[in-house]
Amino acid sequence: MPLIRNFPFFCIMLSMICGISSAMLPGKIARKVTVVLAAVVAALNTALLVHLMQAGESYHYLMGHFPAPWGNEIRIGPLEALLCVLFSIVLMFSALGGMYRLKRQVDPKKENTVCVMLDLVLAGTLSMLYTNDLFTGYVFIEIMTLASCALIMCRQNGRTMVSAMRYMIMSLLGSGMTLMAIMLTYTLTGHLLIENIREAVTALYVSGQYRAPLTVTIGLFFVGLGIKSALFPFHTWLADAYGYSTPAASATLSSIVSKAYILLLMKIFVRMIGMDVVRGLHLNDLLFVFGIIAMIMGSLSAMHSHDLRRMVAYSSVAQIGYIYAGMGMGIEAGLVAAVYHIMIHSAAKSSLFISSSELADVSSGSKRFSDLRGAGKRSPLAGVCFTISAMSLVGVPVLGGFISKLVFSEAAFQYGGIHMWVMLLALALSTLLNVLYLMKTVITLYRPARDGMEYTVEKPDTAGVCAMVGFVVLNVLLGVLSQPILTVIRTGLQLFA
Amino acid sequence: MEMFATHIEEVVAVLLFGVGFTTLLLHRNLIKKIIGLNIMDTAIYLMFTSVGYVEGRTAPIMENGITDASHYINPIPSGLVLTGIVVSVSVTALMLALTVRLYRRYHTLNIDRITLLMKGEDD
Repeated sequence: MPLIRNFPFFCIMLSMICGISSAMLPGKIARKVTVVLAAVVAALNTALLVHLMQAGESYHYLMGHFPAPWGNEIRIGPLEALLCVLFSIVLMFSALGGMYRLKRQVDPKKENTVCVMLDLVLAGTLSMLYTNDLFTGYVFIEIMTLASCALIMCRQNGRTMVSAMRYMIMSLLGSGMTLMAIMLTYTLTGHLLIENIREAVTALYVSGQYRAPLTVTIGLFFVGLGIKSALFPFHTWLADAYGYSTPAASATLSSIVSKAYILLLMKIFVRMIGMDVVRGLHLNDLLFVFGIIAMIMGSLSAMHSHDLRRMVAYSSVAQIGYIYAGMGMGIEAGLVAAVYHIMIHSAAKSSLFISSSELADVSSGSKRFSDLRGAGKRSPLAGVCFTISAMSLVGVPVLGGFISKLVFSEAAFQYGGIHMWVMLLALALSTLLNVLYLMKTVITLYRPARDGMEYTVEKPDTAGVCAMVGFVVLNVLLGVLSQPILTVIRTGLQLFA
Repeated sequence: MEMFATHIEEVVAVLLFGVGFTTLLLHRNLIKKIIGLNIMDTAIYLMFTSVGYVEGRTAPIMENGITDASHYINPIPSGLVLTGIVVSVSVTALMLALTVRLYRRYHTLNIDRITLLMKGEDD
């Protein structure tokens, strides 16, 4: 086996080792370790992506020496490699951008703990993307839950502790349901590896046996992972958890952790159960309906919030709705749109969180819109970063959000029927709402500041500048390079299913 | 009805899962929420073990040189339960630690009261 095929395994082990050793390192070094780790993971996965695209294949990698029905294995294709590259880059910039604030918001002795958690989030994301074993998926779900809870409460005040508690409670309900679903799947099929389950499920579906348990299992997977990824009616924990934690934590949570759960759900639906079976049981309509409702309700909640960070947090609910609606169409074009939107949202949302905390810093630490007037002039770079990402989410041409809305509409036309009309209407309405709250904020940022207000403007730190420049470049690149990226996603999905 | 009698463990497990789930979701007291969490997880392990147990077979540890697979049960469900227990122990530990923190700060275990007290503080 060529060396390059060991890279996924190296990446997972490296993140674990860095995470564990960061616990013993001083904060300053631990932060550098995290950034370098994310860069290395991104580089290794880019090499892997190029290799896999040239070969046009995906492969299985045995973890241990036991072959298929017994052993544990990971599976790597272009889709997984592409997403890993993006997530590690986003994590790197989030860590860089959050560093300066970390010094002020976190007890200096506990600074390295934040880095431990970031490394573990990276390890969990990689494993959840790569794993081919359902139970390994569950173990990493729990590792991610613990790591993200610790990330929320590393800034120790009343609000973060309460929101960490709420996050934990909702998350544990979700993982309980997921574990129940895994148990039922094992009982129904007798396997834990995804391909073996697929065969057994297809046979069960064709024979018409155990139709009710199968439906319940898929439903449990959906609700369990839906709670964890903040799908609309289950999103109650989200605003506080994202709104009050450190910027690095909220950027990571919104752009990486929740996306990893969605991708695991996608793996379960597309590879483990098969979209044919899901469509046959009409369960994809469930995803579609929840997604559409989330698209509208998330934006409405965002409009009603008076606090910049909470607004950005609520806008995640709407964007996650897009992803679920795309998946709910159950056709390949819908899945392509969903994956592309995951990438767009991941880049845009983390840069919104990082730049909005910078904007709040130059406005005497206030996140209220009335105090944020003129913040874009006081911190030009953060203003540009916020504007570009907001424009991407709204769907201004050339940027990623526009392409993703285009791909969503194409998928809707391909699907036809009532779904097409619902999807197009929801897209139009949601875009309108996005414009209302995001562009209103952008305008606020560039309005003259209120009279008689004195602001102290510090020079931004180098790491923060690097992160924000990086985010701007990343957001623009995702839009400009949309065609090659979409090609990789299409190839990846064909190998994925 | 006959099915209920022969699958008594599964029926009990699902009932316990429901009890644990609703306690974790609806109970106001943080300690009781944690108890609910443990009941929920234990119910799943009960179901796993009852599914994995085959009457008349023994644990997969070779005894008296019997290599015939039909003499032993499948070790995977038991292995999964062990892993699951480790996971739920660590989750419980974290929840308890958080509860201690919250109690020291707000002197109550009621999550609604804690939320009210928290809103009284400034950001």
